[in-house]
Parts: sequence; structure tokens; C-alpha cells
Amino acid sequence: MKRLRRIFERIVEAMLTLSGGITSLVILLIVLFLFKEGIGLFNSPDIEKGYVLCVNSSNQVRKLDPYQIKQIFDSEITNWKEVGGLDSEIMLFRFDEIFNMYSDEELGEDETLLPQKLGEVITGNPNIIAFLPEKYLPDAGASNYSPLPLENIRVQDFVGGREWMPTATPAAQFGILPLILGTLWVSVFAILIALPLGLGVAIYLSELANERVRRLLKPAIELLAGIPSVVYGFFGLVVLVPLIQKTFDLPVGETALAGSLILAIMALPTIITLAEDAMRNTPRAMREAGLALGATQWQTIYRVVVPYAASGITAAVVLGIGRAIGETMAVLMVTGNAAAMPHSLFESVRTIPATIAAELGEAPAGGTHYQALFLLGCILFIITMIISISAEMISKKQKNQGL
Amino acid sequence: MNRKTTQKTAFFIFRALGLLVVAILFWILGFIVYNGIGVINWEFLTTAPTAGMTAGGIFPAIVGTLCLMFGSLVVSFPIGVMSAIYMSEYAGNARIVKFIRVMTNNLGSIPSIIFGLFGMALFVNTLGFGDSIIAGSFTLGLLALPLVIRTTEEALKAIPDSYRTGSLALGASKLQTIGRVVLPMAFPNIITGLILSIGRVSGETAPILFTVAAYFLPKLPSSIFDQVMALPYHLYVIATSGTDIEASRPIAYGTALVLIFIVLIMNLLATSLRKYFGKKVKTN
Repeated sequence: MKRLRRIFERIVEAMLTLSGGITSLVILLIVLFLFKEGIGLFNSPDIEKGYVLCVNSSNQVRKLDPYQIKQIFDSEITNWKEVGGLDSEIMLFRFDEIFNMYSDEELGEDETLLPQKLGEVITGNPNIIAFLPEKYLPDAGASNYSPLPLENIRVQDFVGGREWMPTATPAAQFGILPLILGTLWVSVFAILIALPLGLGVAIYLSELANERVRRLLKPAIELLAGIPSVVYGFFGLVVLVPLIQKTFDLPVGETALAGSLILAIMALPTIITLAEDAMRNTPRAMREAGLALGATQWQTIYRVVVPYAASGITAAVVLGIGRAIGETMAVLMVTGNAAAMPHSLFESVRTIPATIAAELGEAPAGGTHYQALFLLGCILFIITMIISISAEMISKKQKNQGL
Repeated sequence: MNRKTTQKTAFFIFRALGLLVVAILFWILGFIVYNGIGVINWEFLTTAPTAGMTAGGIFPAIVGTLCLMFGSLVVSFPIGVMSAIYMSEYAGNARIVKFIRVMTNNLGSIPSIIFGLFGMALFVNTLGFGDSIIAGSFTLGLLALPLVIRTTEEALKAIPDSYRTGSLALGASKLQTIGRVVLPMAFPNIITGLILSIGRVSGETAPILFTVAAYFLPKLPSSIFDQVMALPYHLYVIATSGTDIEASRPIAYGTALVLIFIVLIMNLLATSLRKYFGKKVKTN
């Protein structure tokens, strides 16, 4: 009996020990799965799977990068000269145009003659660029064309690209720069608004307010932290967005400013609570020394208490930024989500989390778009990890300097 | 400017800021309550949406959210409490405890959309659960884990060591001490943490977008492998992409009010439990 209980206790204790590692395990799994799902992007061809781009063999151009391809098909580049070829106008040819040029009969039964006709079109037009399914590629011997080599999506196009157009054909654009900038714009301005406000309230709570006011204010702040982000988003959408549109006389109110305002409100509880804790930890002796030297209470606060709590306050701000960067729903609902490089606060922007939330539902699992969104998740994960670890280090610094 | 006046001005500003924060809270709450209260009635709470979600109620979404709250609890509670027991009672090495605490904080700072991605990759695709209550519950459970661990650890640490040594001196094993002395005493605070965590889970949208939430699904779930509607996702849908956004506005207000109400109830429950049991333990 006793031995049985011993064994039982051993088992339970082993389980307890194992569960101690659960958070580390979950973080590890998150890293693993995000990378596993996302890393395939760099092994994917830079144009749509199953398709090829062909030019006439007389054309000197044998290589185009995805951004050039996109510009050509958007008619932003119209001359072969601009991509290193001869001075001749580019003729765009998309696969389905073949059905306008030839009747069903000419294409033969079950479209057996389709490759041959495509070959004729390319041979006949020296300045053509054709976008075709691989299976209809003409015979190599019979016609005079060269397929452009398929290249994989490159890391620098992902990290440094300035266009995010994941569903563009023939070459989808996966440049995350506008998304990263959008995220930073919205979060940094949110903190610029929330910091003075939060710091002021924290000083008030820790230094001035009496017990009764504190007992009222603390639950209010807790409640502010508890309101779901989708409710904030909804409030922003029906109140702030029209307000901003009217106040600044804009065509649309869904702007970076709306996102920043909502995020500022959402980051407030984090900043207030942590900054107040940091200031309350200032030893009484230091405060009294300040007052004894003849300083007023306010002078003591900003010359003694705030400097003493500086690293705690910094940690509060850093964590506030972290919360703002990762916030999804509220931002998704109020910023308008235009994936362009942001230029001002009064423009629509799109953040990394909002992009993931808005697009993952439509991205087919395993495709390049899906992979790109998981890689975006990796980037977001890395950013928030850096933030949370640096906050950890900053607040540790304060503990070490403590008396 | 005289330093007394400087102080007066500064303090006036701080008071005003404190007032401003309260005003913001009341503005948001007041706005939702004012617009939503008229929509709430028995029919709204107990019927399914009709007419392209511009009429009818939100019953399936309420049921879905309750399922997810309960499901996430089943996932996060046992693991979280066990993990906290290990940290507070077993891990003798302070370094290990510190490491676990850092990892718990890190997990807590990961944005909820990342949990959504992870849940989709692991539970929906790799484990093959599909969009289902079980996939959503696991995702939300992991999200709630840091909060459960943190509050439980604090609750355990608050129990004075004299109780532990007293129990051990009576010949009880360590596990018996934990099971019969430490846990029962810490129980109210553990429950408080738990309520707070499911309150938080009830409002999360990003993690359920790709793991469980259904756009429109009037029938109730019959197994844990079914999709469900959920309140936060429903609010998002009818506020931004419904069939007729203007016509469904009142329903959006009502849904937001119900969501806030759930959070409010959870917070209230947690604080009053803490107060009630706090007194009881002290008089013992």
C-alpha cells in the first residue's frame, strides 16, 4: 500500500516537473511551426506555379526579376530597352488571348493544336512576352521561342521589397517593407500619444491620489485593459473614424491616425500599471531626502522619483509598444488596410498583424501567399520577442540598482 | 514662475489626466451601452441571426463563445496549475524558476494573431482537427496559459511556509502537503486567476479566425469537431463585412454590449471572490 502510494507520488511529481517546461515547449513549437510553414516561400518560383514566361528567341533579354515582370504586366515598363533589351516596344500576351485570335475549330479537337498556335504567335512577334501554362508550352523544335528561366523568390525581395501584392499575376509581389513601416508608424504614434498621458496618470496614482480615488481609478484601468480588442475596433470604426474624417476634412476617415488613437487607448493600462509600480518602488528615504532638502513635492517627483523609476518606466513604454505592434483586430478595423508605403498619418496604412488576419483566410494552404503570411508571422514573432526580452533586461537593471 | 505655482499647475494637469482616462472609459462604455441596450431582449439572446445577419439574435454566437471559454479552461487549467505548482513547490533551483518565469512572460507577450497562425498550422492542419471547437480551444488555452500560471504561482506563494512545515512535521509527504494544505488554501485565488483568464479568452478574435470561427452557422455544435460562431468574430463580421452593414448596426451594438457584459461579469466575479475568500482565510 505504502509502496503503491510512493509510486503514485513519483508519477505525479514527474508530471509536475514536465509541466514546468510547458511554456518553453509552446514557444519552441510556435517557432518551429511558423518557420516550417513559411520557409518554403524561398523555394517557390517567382511567378505563378505551373506557368512560364516566354520571349522570342531573337530577344536578348533572358532574365527578369519579379518586380520587373510586375511592372511589365502593369504597363509601367513598356520598352525592352528598360530591362536590357533592344529598343522596341513590349508586346504583352496573356494565355487566354489566344482564344480571341483563333476559333475553336482552328485550335483543334480538345485544343490539341493550342501549343502549335502559341508557338506561331511567339515566333511571329519578336517583341512579345507571353505568359503561358507549362502544359501548353510549344514544341522546342518547331518554333522560335525561349522560356525565361524560373527563379526562386529571393530573401532580399521579401525583406526589402516595396510592394505587397500577394495575388498579382504573373508575378506576385511579397515586399514587406510597407507593412513593417505601417506597423511602426501606427505603434510609434500610439506610444507618443499614450506616453505623456499614461505617465501623468501613473504619477497621479502613485504620488497624489488618496486611497479613495485609487480605489476608483484602479478598477477603471483594469476594465480598460479587459475590453476586447474587437470592441475597441468597433468603437473606433463608428466613432473615431467619422470624427477624424470630419475634423480633418479627409476623403476617408480610416487612417493611420485612427489606428494610433485606438492603440494609444489600448496601451494606456499597460503603461499606467507598470510605470506606477516602478514609481511606488522608490524608497521612502529617497523621497524624504528630497523633501528635507527643501524641494517641493513636485520637484521631488520629477528630480527624484521619476529618475529613480526611469528604467521601470522605460520597460513600461517598451511593453506598451510591444502590445501595440501585435494588436490585430482593432487596427484591422480602423486603418483602412491599404498596403502602400505610408507617407502621412492621414493615409490608410496596413500593419503586419492586420495583413495576416485579413489575408490568411483567402490564401490556399501551402501556396506562396500562405507561406509569405507565415513568414510575416515569423517577423512579427521576432520583433515582439526582442521587445519583451529587452523590457525584461531593462527592468532587471532597476532591480539591481535598488537599495 | 514661482515653484509653488509650478507644482500647482503640474498637479492640476495630472488630476485632469486621471479624470481623462476615466472619461475615456465611460465614453466607450457609455456609447456601447447607450446604443446597445435597446437591442437586448430575450429574443435577441435566444434566436439565431436571420435575413443575412441583419435581423434576429446572436444565440449561436453566445453558445460558441461559451464552448470556447469552457474548452480553453479544460486545456489551460490543469497544465497551468501543475506548472505553477512545480515552480513554487518543487523547483528548488532559483535559476530554473527564473528561466520558466521569463519563458512564461515571453509566451504572454506573443501577439494573439501568432497564436492563430500557430493553431492553424498545428491543430487545424498538422493534427487534422480542421476548423473545430477542439482546435480553437487548444489555441485559446495556450494563449491563456501564462495568465493562469502567473496567478496560480502568486496564489501559492502567498501561503505562509509555516503551514507547509507544520504539515510536513505531522508526517505528511510533500505531495500530501500540497494536495491537502497548500492547494485548498490557495484555491480562491487560483479560481480568481482562472475567471480572469476565461474572461480574456471570451473576447479574443485573432486566434479563432482560422481555427474555429464560422461566418454564419445557425445550428448549434453537436461535437467538439464542429465549427461554431463566436461573439467577437461575429461582431467583427457584422461591423465590417456583413451583407448590409448599415442594417446590421443595431445588432453590432447589441453584440458589443453582450461581449462587454461578459468581461464585466468576469471581472466583478473575480474581485468579489477575492474579497470574500480573502476575509474568510484571514479569520481562520
